[in-house]
Amino acid sequence: MQLYKIVRYVIRDLLRSRWTYVYFAFYYLLGMVLLFINRDLSKAIITLMNIITILTPLIGTVFGVMYYYNSREFIQLLLAQPLRRNALFSGQYIGVSLSLSLSLILGLGIPFSMYGVLYSGVIWDFAVLLVIGGFLTFIFVGLALVVALANDNRIKGFGYAIFLWLAFAVVYDGLFLLGLLYFRDYPLEKFALGGVLVNPIDLSRILILLKLDIAALMGFTGAVFKKVFGTSMGMVMAFGALLLWVWIPWQLMLWFARRKDF
Amino acid sequence: MAGTIRVCDTCRIQSIASAIAQASKGDTVLVYAGVYRESNIQIDKPLWVEGVGHPKVDVQQRGYGFVLRADSITLRGFEIYDVEQSYVKEYAAVLVRRCTTFVVEDLRIRRAFFGILVEKSSNGLIRRNRISGIYRTEAESGNGIHLWHCKQMRIEDNVIHHMRDGIYFEFVSRSVIERNHSHDNLRYGLHFMFSNNDEYHDNVFERNGAGVAVMFSKYIHMRRNVFRDNWGVASYGLLLKEIYDATITDNHFMRNTIGINIDGSTRIRYERNLFQANGWAVRILGASYQNDFSENNFLHNTFDVAFSGRETTVRFVRNYWSDYTGYDLDKDGYGDVPYRPVKLFSYIVNQVPEAMVLLRSLFVGLINFSEKVSPVFTPDNLIDNRPAMRAYDIEVR
Repeated sequence: MQLYKIVRYVIRDLLRSRWTYVYFAFYYLLGMVLLFINRDLSKAIITLMNIITILTPLIGTVFGVMYYYNSREFIQLLLAQPLRRNALFSGQYIGVSLSLSLSLILGLGIPFSMYGVLYSGVIWDFAVLLVIGGFLTFIFVGLALVVALANDNRIKGFGYAIFLWLAFAVVYDGLFLLGLLYFRDYPLEKFALGGVLVNPIDLSRILILLKLDIAALMGFTGAVFKKVFGTSMGMVMAFGALLLWVWIPWQLMLWFARRKDF
Repeated sequence: MAGTIRVCDTCRIQSIASAIAQASKGDTVLVYAGVYRESNIQIDKPLWVEGVGHPKVDVQQRGYGFVLRADSITLRGFEIYDVEQSYVKEYAAVLVRRCTTFVVEDLRIRRAFFGILVEKSSNGLIRRNRISGIYRTEAESGNGIHLWHCKQMRIEDNVIHHMRDGIYFEFVSRSVIERNHSHDNLRYGLHFMFSNNDEYHDNVFERNGAGVAVMFSKYIHMRRNVFRDNWGVASYGLLLKEIYDATITDNHFMRNTIGINIDGSTRIRYERNLFQANGWAVRILGASYQNDFSENNFLHNTFDVAFSGRETTVRFVRNYWSDYTGYDLDKDGYGDVPYRPVKLFSYIVNQVPEAMVLLRSLFVGLINFSEKVSPVFTPDNLIDNRPAMRAYDIEVR
């Protein structure tokens, strides 16, 4: 009950903040421009994939950190009330992630449904895209809150959070590629599979690519991936991994919150 | 005087085989609509055998349908089905053996093992047939139109689907394949082996297991064909293996895993082809020399060119590349900055196929960009020095 109240309060607070509208407007304009430039829905979805897998984590990270630092006094005020810390911080987390996911889903959903995605064959691809965007938002808001809780210094916190995003979005792939090149004489399918499961951004990208049937390009590896992710079992596994990726930062954040001396 | 023999339910002669046995050279045998449960019908003299209203020949899984074994035979207008399946013999709806000057046309062949099988024949015309098979495994199905040791054949306007290979050529020379539609076959839509001086044009090959294969052949001309939707782990639009002196012009390669796979092929010209939305537009393996690509459109392929091997004499000139970002200051219609069709990532994927899991990631975008700005790894000689600024007008069928 406490949790629900706090979620509602955070969302109401965010609805009054202009940043929510800025993000909504950003996604909305992006969708409109994409569809205006090329009317082919399925092509627009491929372009959108890059944006979702890179930008939603970035926005989640920046927004999560920013929100925490800006509402620090408010949080301290709430902490003086008879509230459980778990409920308070979970509420903050869910509120921020939910409102960001809503701006994403509405911002992209409105232009795409205006161009008729609901009646086209790519509706499921589009839905998967939005769901994955939602997952990534939750994951990176969670990570951002962890970083923010661990650092009282705003500048440091921002820096670490951005670096965390950079690590998942770029650095990890570089190291992964180096690993693949270094061990190229060995069978690498399982390594590649594991490497993808470990990074939520890579996992999201692969899930979308497989939906768009790029698996054939990957030759034998693609066949292995298709076999793993193409079955309902594999899909359950992939989304299980994403859920785990939501759960771990969340618990980590609560752990930090419980121990923190405000 | 040539006579006419009629076959129908109420006629004096009710079997096609006995009508043929009674006919003499140059006669016409007219078979009227009905179901004829006959198999291995031998045509061993020059005859005109025509089905009126597509009479049905039910082979009942007993060997061949018709067997043509003489010169100057015309066979047309039948519906033939349930050809025997065998792991030992190549049973066909129509077998043509050692014939010259024959016509096989307007047949409808269903549940065929082999459709039309032609051996050691010449001057034949095979047209407007519709052939379909049972489509299970490669071992259990045969080829739609299978030619072996033939000369001067024409294969026109046939529709072939759900066979092993749509059209198969082995040791066939000076022949033409045109306006056929070969789709949904288990293996290849068209398969050439050891066949020289042939041409195929205006055909459509789509959704075949492995696309079209041209192997061990010389002087093949391929024009205005469409290769599309051959999508799978081992699928190609067109597979070239040990081909010499061929021309490939005005073709469309769309949505194939690999548009053209070039392996050990030399002196080949590729002009005015359209490569669109393929995984790889062109993949060049070793030992390919003097492959010249000019005035082709490369539009939105995941990779334009993949190349393995060291030295090469593959040349690209005046092609249009949708990924080209250069400029044209002297306004001659060609970009002033050369285009490098082999991206760094494409090069890496060639070395480590598993790296493909990083496709479309930000990191790959970054390394491709840095390689484009200052090339280090990608081959120096694979370069289009005059990339076209505008796409060529290549008509889409």
